[in-house]
Amino acid sequence: MDAEAAKLLGAGLAAIGVGMAALGVGNVFGSFLEGALRNPNAADGQQGRLFIGFAAAELLGLLAFVVAMILLFVA
Amino acid sequence: MAAESGKIDPMHQFLVQPLFGQDWQIAGQSIAFTNSALWMAVTFAAVWVFMLGGLKRELVPGRWQVAVEGFTGFITNMMDANIGPEGRKYVPWVFSLFMFILFANLLGMMPVALVGAHPFAVTSHLTITGVLAIVSFGIVLVVGFAKHGFHFFSLFVPHGVKGPMAAAIFPIELISFLMRPFSLALRLFVAITAGHILMEVLAGFVINGGNAEAWWVAPIVSLPSFILMVGITLLELLVSAIQAYVFALLTSLYLNDAINLH
Repeated sequence: MDAEAAKLLGAGLAAIGVGMAALGVGNVFGSFLEGALRNPNAADGQQGRLFIGFAAAELLGLLAFVVAMILLFVA
Repeated sequence: MAAESGKIDPMHQFLVQPLFGQDWQIAGQSIAFTNSALWMAVTFAAVWVFMLGGLKRELVPGRWQVAVEGFTGFITNMMDANIGPEGRKYVPWVFSLFMFILFANLLGMMPVALVGAHPFAVTSHLTITGVLAIVSFGIVLVVGFAKHGFHFFSLFVPHGVKGPMAAAIFPIELISFLMRPFSLALRLFVAITAGHILMEVLAGFVINGGNAEAWWVAPIVSLPSFILMVGITLLELLVSAIQAYVFALLTSLYLNDAINLH
């Protein structure tokens, strides 16, 4: 395969990782809402943990984006 | 650029260009005043003006003072909740960090291109977020070693782990600890960069669709892109605030590790 074509395919495949991170972030907020609706009084105290989970899940998707950008513009 | 060439160039907006002082040098390195430096100065000035306007300490606070107290109270509460009473000492750093990142993110999104200036998102560069992350990480290291000496290394062995398990866990925890500045810097830098690329690409769709020869391209491509772009812009405003909050939150958690050691 042409090296340039392989780079572009790799960048496209890296987009899968971004989509997976979307599942992860959705899961974090979905689970939070699920719990928060059962016990609304406890919800406010857990917002810090919510954003830690969000940040951790989001970081992996952003890393996939970095891989795509490196393939497109640097490699 | 997008309109003239017909080709979208989403990376052009991140170009660091010297504005003046091209011949200033220190040890052979150019220290010209760049657009990045200009926007950092604008961010600094905006934060300063915002804070000064609210620091009058009136007994009955006005709107401005309430806004400033909202920010300071937000960060102070976060530090209290995550670190405890000892966290008060580090509020100035985390608060400056939060305000600088928040204002830099928001100023990078301002539509000043309408009046001919080129907006520049300072936080879309790894050098800048990297320095912020390294300073945060350095403070954590200094505080940790000053407070606990070499006992600080017990941070890498969780409670109740003994013997060969501790030997196995130690390098893993050490690596995850050393990755912290990278993850801090990368998260902010990539979130802002990705958002600006996305907005630039959508804006390119809108403009190129409007310039297309076939009449049907504008309503079918440009209009939905424009509507989507309004939504994405709102999302990016949210992301600006969330990333500033996450940066400050993670810094406070790392400080907590250094101060309280589990």
